[in-house]
Amino acid sequence: MNNARSAVPGFAIAIAVLIAGLLLALTVGRYPVSLGDLLSVLTAKLWGHRADVAPAVESVIFQVRGPRVIAAMLVGAALAVAGTAFQGLFRNPLVSPDILGASSGAALGAVLGIYLSLGVFAIQAIAFVGGLIAVAIVYVIGAAVRSRDPILVLVLTGVVVGSLFGAGVGLVKYLADPYNQLPAMTFWLLGSLSATGIADLLPLFGPVALGTAVLVALRWRMNVMSLPEEEARALGVATGPLRIAIVAAATLVTSASVATAGIIGWVGLVVPHLARSLVGPDFARLLPAAAILGGGYLLLIDTLARTMAQVEIPLGILTAVIGTPFFIWLLASVQKNWS
Amino acid sequence: MILEGDQLTIGYPDRVVGAALDVRLETGEVLALLGPNGGGKTTLLKTLLGLLPPRAGEVRIDGAALSSRSIRERARLIAYVPQTHVATFAFTVEAVVLMGRTAHGDLFARPTAQDRMVAASMLDRLGIAALADRPYTMISGGERQLVLLARALAQEPQFIVLDEPTANLDFGNQGKVMREIRALAASGLGVLFTTHDPNHALRAADRAYLLRGGERIAEGPTKEILTQARLEALYGAPVRVITDASGTAFVPG
Repeated sequence: MNNARSAVPGFAIAIAVLIAGLLLALTVGRYPVSLGDLLSVLTAKLWGHRADVAPAVESVIFQVRGPRVIAAMLVGAALAVAGTAFQGLFRNPLVSPDILGASSGAALGAVLGIYLSLGVFAIQAIAFVGGLIAVAIVYVIGAAVRSRDPILVLVLTGVVVGSLFGAGVGLVKYLADPYNQLPAMTFWLLGSLSATGIADLLPLFGPVALGTAVLVALRWRMNVMSLPEEEARALGVATGPLRIAIVAAATLVTSASVATAGIIGWVGLVVPHLARSLVGPDFARLLPAAAILGGGYLLLIDTLARTMAQVEIPLGILTAVIGTPFFIWLLASVQKNWS
Repeated sequence: MILEGDQLTIGYPDRVVGAALDVRLETGEVLALLGPNGGGKTTLLKTLLGLLPPRAGEVRIDGAALSSRSIRERARLIAYVPQTHVATFAFTVEAVVLMGRTAHGDLFARPTAQDRMVAASMLDRLGIAALADRPYTMISGGERQLVLLARALAQEPQFIVLDEPTANLDFGNQGKVMREIRALAASGLGVLFTTHDPNHALRAADRAYLLRGGERIAEGPTKEILTQARLEALYGAPVRVITDASGTAFVPG
C-alpha cells in the first residue's frame, strides 16, 4: 500500500516526459507551430469545428507530424516494454530486445524486401516474419542444448544467430544495386521515422497493442518469473509455457517496431532502467511506466533527430550516442546494485 | 497429511544420484536431512518438491501421486525455502512475500486485500514486519532467510522444505532459524530441512535421515540415530561428543 503511493511521483515524471515530448514534437521543426495554435487546433478537432488558424498549420500537425508522432510513441513504448520483459525474464539488467535475434532477423527480412523491390507493406510483413524466424531458431537450439543454465544458452544462442543474420544482411547489401537500393537499406538499418505515414500506423499499432496487452496482463506473474527457475516453479508458476508466451509477445512488439522504423538500438536497455529508478522493480508498475516513458523518450529523440541539423540524423545513431555511455556507466555500477 | 517418497531413484537425465530411497514426513514433525556434500541431499529435496521427476518410484501426498497434481496445487501443499541468494532486482520485502501468494490466484490475478493481509501477518509472525518496505537487496543475510521463510508461509502450505537454512548465517541467526523451525512444526506444518551441522538436527528435528553417496545410511528418531559412530561413518571423519547435564553436542574431531 505504501509502495503504491510512493510510485505516484515516478508516474507523474514519466507522464510529464511524454507530454513534453508530444508538445515539442508537434510544434518544433522547419515549420514552427506556436503552442497557442497547437492547442486551438487540437481543441477545435476535439469539438468538431474549424480552427481559427492557417490551413497549413493544421496540415503540418495532422498530416505531416501527427503520424510520425504516433509512430514514435508506439515504437518507443514497444521497445521499452519488450526490454523490460526481456530483462525480467533473463534476470539480467543488461539485456535488451535485440538479445534473441529479433532485431537482426527483422533487419534481414527488410533488406531482402528492399532487394526484391517489394512494396512497403510487404517489406514490413517480411521483416516481421524474419524476426519471428530468428527467435524461433534461437529457441529451438536453446531448448535442444542441454545445460545447467538454459538462460545463458539462450542468450549466447541469440548472439550467435544474430550475427549469422547480420552476415545475411551484409550479403544482401553487397548484392544490392548501389545507386537505388543500398542507400535505402542503409538508411532503414540506421533507424528512421521520416517516411512514416498514416498507412504505416495500423500494421504498427495492431501487433504493439496485442503484445503489450499480453505482457501487461502477465505483469504480476513476471515478478515471479524474474526469480530463479526452480523457485518460480515451487511458487506454483508453470515457467515453460509462460516463458514462451512472454518471449513471443516481446518479439511481436519488437519486430513490429523494427519493421516500421528500422533498427533503433538501446531504447530497450536505457528506458527500463530509467523507469525502474522512477517506480521501482515491481513489474506491475514498471511495465506501464516503461511504456509511457519509452513513448516520451523516443518522441524527444526523434524531434532532436529532425531538428538538430540541416539533414535528418538517423535515430539509431542518436540512441547509440546516448545509450553507449549509459551502458558503460551501468556496467560499472551494476556490481553494487544488482549482484 | 503425509508426504512420502516410495523407492525413489533420484537424479538427472544424464546421471543417477541415488536409488531405493524411502522418505516419510508427517505434518507436525521435523525431519533433518544430513550427509556430506554431493551425497544427494539437494537432489532428494528437489524430487520431493516435484521440481525434478524421480527416475523411478513415486512421491505421494496422502497416497496420491504428487505428479498427478497441477503445479499450482503442489505449491499450495509444499513450499520451498531456497538457500539465500542475492536477487537481481530490488523488490521490496513485502513484494517478495506477496509472491508466495502466486498459487492462490489465477494467471492474471493481482494480489487481493486478503493476499496482502496474509503477507503482512507472516512478516509479523516472524518479527520482521518493520522490514516490509525495505528493498530485499539491502537487508542482512539472516533477515533474507526470514523473508524467504515468510514467503513460504504465505503459500499456506502443509509442508515446508528448507535447503540449508542456516548456511551463510551468523551464530545468533542460526539459533533464531532453528527456533522458528520448531515453531512451524508446533503450528502443524511438516518441516524438512538439510543441514551440515548435526547439532542443528539434534536441536530442531524429531527425526534424522542420513544420506551418503545416494544411499540411506540410517533413519529414525534424532537422539537414537545421531551417534558418534554413525556420524563418523557418514562423514568419513572423526567426530567428538561432548555431553553434560544440559545435553549432547558434536564437534568435528
